[in-house]
Amino acid sequence: MKKTALIIIAVLGILLLRAAEDLPSWGDPQSPASVHLSNYYLEESYEETSVPNIVTAVLADYRSYDTLFETVVIFCAGITVLLILRRTPRRWPKVISPRPNRPGADIILQTAARLLVPMMQLFALYVVAHGHHSPGGGFQGGVILGASLILLALSYDIEMALHRFKEKFVLLFSAGGVLLYAAIGLVCLYLGRNFLAYGAWADLLGISELAAHSHGMLGVEIGVAITVLCIMFSLYIDLASGGDLDEGL
Amino acid sequence: MEDLFNYIIGRYNYWAAIILLLIGLYGMIAKNNLLKKVIGMTIFQAAIILFYVSIGDKRGATIPILDHGHGTHQAIEAAAYANPLPHVLMLTAIVVGVSTLGVALAILQKIYRVHGTIEEDEILETIDQ
Amino acid sequence: MSLEQHAIIIILAPLLGALVISLIGGLHRRVAYLTLVAALAVSFSSTIATLSQVAARAAEGPLHYFLGDWQPPYGIELVIDPLNALVLTMVAGVSLLVAIYSKETVRRESPDRLHHYYTLFALLVAGLLGITATGDIFNLYVLTEIAALASYALLASGRGFAYYATFKYIIMGTIGACFYLLGVGYLYIKTGTLNMAEMQAFMTRPALLHSESIRVAFILIMVGLWIKMAFFPLHGWLPNAYTRTSTTTSCLVAPLMTKVSVYVMIRVMFGVFTLPYAYHVMGWNTAVVWLASLAIVAGSIGALAQTNLKRMLTYIIVAEVGYMVGGAWLGNAAGLTGAIYHIISDGLMTACLFMAVGAITFKTGEINLEAMRGVFRRMPVTAAIFVVGGLAMIGIPPTCGFFSKWYLLSGGLAAGHYGFVVALLFSSLVNAVLFFRLFEIGYYPLFDAQSEAGQHDKVVVAEAPLSMLVPMLITAAMILVVGLYTSRIVSGLIEYALPAGLKL
Repeated sequence: MKKTALIIIAVLGILLLRAAEDLPSWGDPQSPASVHLSNYYLEESYEETSVPNIVTAVLADYRSYDTLFETVVIFCAGITVLLILRRTPRRWPKVISPRPNRPGADIILQTAARLLVPMMQLFALYVVAHGHHSPGGGFQGGVILGASLILLALSYDIEMALHRFKEKFVLLFSAGGVLLYAAIGLVCLYLGRNFLAYGAWADLLGISELAAHSHGMLGVEIGVAITVLCIMFSLYIDLASGGDLDEGL
Repeated sequence: MEDLFNYIIGRYNYWAAIILLLIGLYGMIAKNNLLKKVIGMTIFQAAIILFYVSIGDKRGATIPILDHGHGTHQAIEAAAYANPLPHVLMLTAIVVGVSTLGVALAILQKIYRVHGTIEEDEILETIDQ
Repeated sequence: MSLEQHAIIIILAPLLGALVISLIGGLHRRVAYLTLVAALAVSFSSTIATLSQVAARAAEGPLHYFLGDWQPPYGIELVIDPLNALVLTMVAGVSLLVAIYSKETVRRESPDRLHHYYTLFALLVAGLLGITATGDIFNLYVLTEIAALASYALLASGRGFAYYATFKYIIMGTIGACFYLLGVGYLYIKTGTLNMAEMQAFMTRPALLHSESIRVAFILIMVGLWIKMAFFPLHGWLPNAYTRTSTTTSCLVAPLMTKVSVYVMIRVMFGVFTLPYAYHVMGWNTAVVWLASLAIVAGSIGALAQTNLKRMLTYIIVAEVGYMVGGAWLGNAAGLTGAIYHIISDGLMTACLFMAVGAITFKTGEINLEAMRGVFRRMPVTAAIFVVGGLAMIGIPPTCGFFSKWYLLSGGLAAGHYGFVVALLFSSLVNAVLFFRLFEIGYYPLFDAQSEAGQHDKVVVAEAPLSMLVPMLITAAMILVVGLYTSRIVSGLIEYALPAGLKL
């Protein structure tokens, strides 16, 4: 197997190195990748969407169909892990040995976590809400929100984290986030425009088309954040406890 | 000599991506431990993300967030901002990578429960029996 | 809602179906089942509407649907032309039939978490339909990953050794997808666009035509897709993954996944690259067709060696992938017509056989060749359906399997590639041996068991439930109908799907 692998990577390496000669050098402003679509987005997107963060504008508006399915990928992974891990009868040996019971040993960790978690969540909301103007957006904010719950589960245990955020709601919200995203697009469809054409919201909300684009993006980013939050947490609790949802790591 | 030097330095983003990619691919094919295969997979994906993100760079350009304020509106100089598209694409690839990793780890836990090991040759022995 | 919105409804219906199932499917298993069937029925009726639209204006060019009202190349567009309208109809139709069929099998095989199973079922279909409809090369990657992730979960639903087989598939599938993504990166860096049509327009520039990195991109994308479609010699993961899984999953995944990958290959060859590029600049034709011939021979020989029915069928899939890849690379109109037609007919034949074997396993609890014993007496309808599927696989008129072989053979003869012709004939022969052996086993009852008991004419008919029989009957009927309407399909649709410069 090792020999086959070496042959494969040798062939691939030679191919890729030969191809690299042909590519534009690093940071070349005239490379084809940086002039065609890129310049259009840089020059026009603020006029067309009123969002200064161009990455957000491209992500959530020009290519928002991609982003919808990106959210679906996350959702799909969450359901997949659920389906795989949570079916076995409990007679198999545990993958992760139970942690030693040392009462009081985690006190520093737990106090620190109690202080950190609200800060993290507040910051995450800022990242979601300010994604139009600064680095950030639904995925980033959602991951930070998820991390705050994971921190809780790490410093206490999974049962405690699940007490705060019931598993029923985890599943409900993870589908709900994608549904929110799709619903924003479907309303456009219903109003006679194409799917995800946020301009259709202008009449409904009584705002200009430009503002409708901005609002539409905010809406879908919130949907993304909800799904990412839930699935990150769900992936952690499932993987850390082998699907048993008990104490975990 | 100088040409060669420029050639190597001018494209070292590609060299880095290619080396990482080969390391990852080797791990995925050659390693016996399934967890190491998964690590190889992550390196492989990271290499491709590196490759894409480096496409987006322009010499002397800043992040693609426009300087804006109410009322002040000037023409946008495209050369002053990095290419936003690779960043958007890689956000997707990162998400896909995380999802695949999660699923792979879940399957790995199941393999351990069924076969009692995650070494490939030992698993094949238990299947043959 | 206007007519043009059908294009997006095709993909949205299963996606929304999946979300609804995961929200309320836990209430009762009937809710999950009915939602799935309803969502796929909506999707299927939209594909029919789109197909008729496309057929009506076949000469004028494809339908475009701009997502978010953004003009391509700045936004993403769906492009429906005769080629993918056909594939969309096949995918939506087969998945609808499998969904109906799955009522009893899923209940038996994964009774707990049934709604999660159905959620992933719907997501897989949404992914496959999205792959087929999209006109954006990166969007295709995202949807491939959705289909792949959902299929990992569904394949792992077989328990036991299925997990290891699925793990191998994850590793291979990720390598394939990453190769594709890397190839797209090279294309993007050289062209600066992600829209397939625009990329193709750029591809005629002389600077790109002979560029080393474009050539590497083509190689990477092709190898990535070949891994995904289990093309010889990259097919190692497929038989295990498809055999060890549950009945429903193999009925859904086996007919659809490889066919959609073949479609993507044809799309990339003629919709992103150009016909002269794929056939002349690369200069691979002969090598790839030889590889395809080897795939056919290897798959057929592999199938002969199996005693497990499902495993035998998976090796036949490996051979069938060889048919389609070979046809697409022959470099003439007949071969490509055969490849495209075979995507449709092989989807139907594989679905028919897997469903029939699934029904037999469902009633007998066995999966070996011996499960077939006496099946003509005990399950006459299922056996008849199995015969139709088997005859189509062998290539006997008037089933659709005959016509796809006909086009492929005439393509092989026209190209003067006799190795491919011999491989096709060899595979037909092997299929004949395989299936007639099964028919023979099925025709004779369980002699020893009955003679011992002293009963001769007391045969209990134990047919599969109606929810399984009806979709199987429809599939078997479709095999005949598609076969009988071959000339209409070819002259009305496939002829327009061929790239300019290749006409019948």
